[in-house]
Amino acid sequence: MPDWLAHIAVAMPPTQALFGQLLIGLINGAFYAMLSLGLAVIFGMLNIINFAHGAQYMLGAFCAWFALDYLGIGYWPSLILAPIAVAAIGIALERLLLRHIYRLDHLYGLLLTFGVALIIEGVLRNYYGSSGQPYSIPRELTGARNLGFMFLPNYRAWVIFASLAVCFGTWFLIERTRLGSYLRAATENPSLVQAFGINVPRMVTLTYGFGAGLAALAGVLAAPIYQVSPLMGSDIIVVVFAVVVIGGMGSIVGAVASGFVLGVVEGLTKVFYPEASNTVIFVVMAIVLLVKPAGFFGRTV
Amino acid sequence: MPEASVRQRDLLRVQDLHAWYGESHVLHGMSFTVGEGEVVTLLGRNGVGKTTTLKAIMGILPQRRGSVAFEGRELVGLASNRIARSGIAYCPEERGIFSSLSVEENLLLPPQVRPGGMSVEEVYALFPNLAERKRGQGTKLSGGEQQMLAIGRILRTGARLLLLDEPTEGLAPVIVQQIGAVIGALKQKGFTILLVEQNFRFAATVADRHYVVEHGQVIDEIANDRLDENIGKLHEYLGV
Repeated sequence: MPDWLAHIAVAMPPTQALFGQLLIGLINGAFYAMLSLGLAVIFGMLNIINFAHGAQYMLGAFCAWFALDYLGIGYWPSLILAPIAVAAIGIALERLLLRHIYRLDHLYGLLLTFGVALIIEGVLRNYYGSSGQPYSIPRELTGARNLGFMFLPNYRAWVIFASLAVCFGTWFLIERTRLGSYLRAATENPSLVQAFGINVPRMVTLTYGFGAGLAALAGVLAAPIYQVSPLMGSDIIVVVFAVVVIGGMGSIVGAVASGFVLGVVEGLTKVFYPEASNTVIFVVMAIVLLVKPAGFFGRTV
Repeated sequence: MPEASVRQRDLLRVQDLHAWYGESHVLHGMSFTVGEGEVVTLLGRNGVGKTTTLKAIMGILPQRRGSVAFEGRELVGLASNRIARSGIAYCPEERGIFSSLSVEENLLLPPQVRPGGMSVEEVYALFPNLAERKRGQGTKLSGGEQQMLAIGRILRTGARLLLLDEPTEGLAPVIVQQIGAVIGALKQKGFTILLVEQNFRFAATVADRHYVVEHGQVIDEIANDRLDENIGKLHEYLGV
């Protein structure tokens, strides 16, 4: 064996650790993808950078937890009910607040949604503190399977599958259906689409509700993995915004692809240079901003 | 309803229509009518308010006052999607082809507002170029094809009144001729058309009547069959 190859062989971590971190990276990536997808959909239609997205994700997890603890409603119904509840909250938010600021600069939407996020977080923190509430894995998905080179917990496999399905479903809805063509057209020229007889304001409201529901769905999926805490949203949303910047604002494919890729990059960094694992995404973001300010898949805003 | 009374009926009646872009007052009391089955043009120089009139009728310009009655129903105050649903279709000057949609998606975009619109096959028969390129991106079409797409997509909706904003602008003479033929065919099919034009030679080949617009008002009305005797006046109005 040549000398240099021996060095690399020594530097290689055991495969168990490598695949373990790869899996954690994929799981994180699954959440980054779902959350940045919602942000991209909302930004495309409303031109608003939805800083309340993390809070809506957290609300999804809390809804599931509430439902289980107070009403005895389990994981599977929550997977449907929590997104609907959070979508309803999102629709009210759009109708009552966001509607009035579309004509203003992006900054106002950002400030408004950031304020809303702080209020939601603050209220829940007041009642539940900042420590996490445990939420157990549904019985059907406990356990793990041996893949030969690693153990794959069933619930984590389900999260990756569900995330891919949701991302594909959303992409299909927007890029391949009649309703999606209305959405794409209204993103380009809302007043003309409305002059064809389509109720664009209602479509905008429903899009925001859909984006918020998507965040809540991610929140329910995350509850058994990360615990349910008022701060879980603000922890993840900062990274998600970096993902969105890298992928490009308003691009569906960009949001999903960069979500998964960056999750994996983060996981691999934990193996090879753990000190940088928390910052690597921001380093990538800085480089992308310097080289390709619109992001990899982005349109110029 | 007897045929004759239908012909005479005013489909669109615009009275004392005012409109604003922010602070600037653009329409100063437009008044005109379009009868059922007629092709009527708004002629006038650049910036006199012809496009604004169409936008105000459609409700795209929300700051408006006065009266726009379509089939006797008042439209001022309605949102533009409601106006479209009442049976009016609009083809904007910039054509408004969506770049994120394929040709066919562009064609299928405007929803049907009334029964009796043309089928997709009929639109393709009218504009064979579009059929050949239906999978392509809408904005990759040539200017003339984009114009055909912009007209073709509103024929499906079942709307009986079409507002066409300078459909011949910037197009080669052979395409202009083709569009003229299409407008003639649409008139034969019973469509009512309000056409904004700067090119009165083209307008003369397709229209029944012309309104001359200046400073956001109608200043004259000329029947197409009396265009020759008024040609001097028209040259003066249009500054050609």
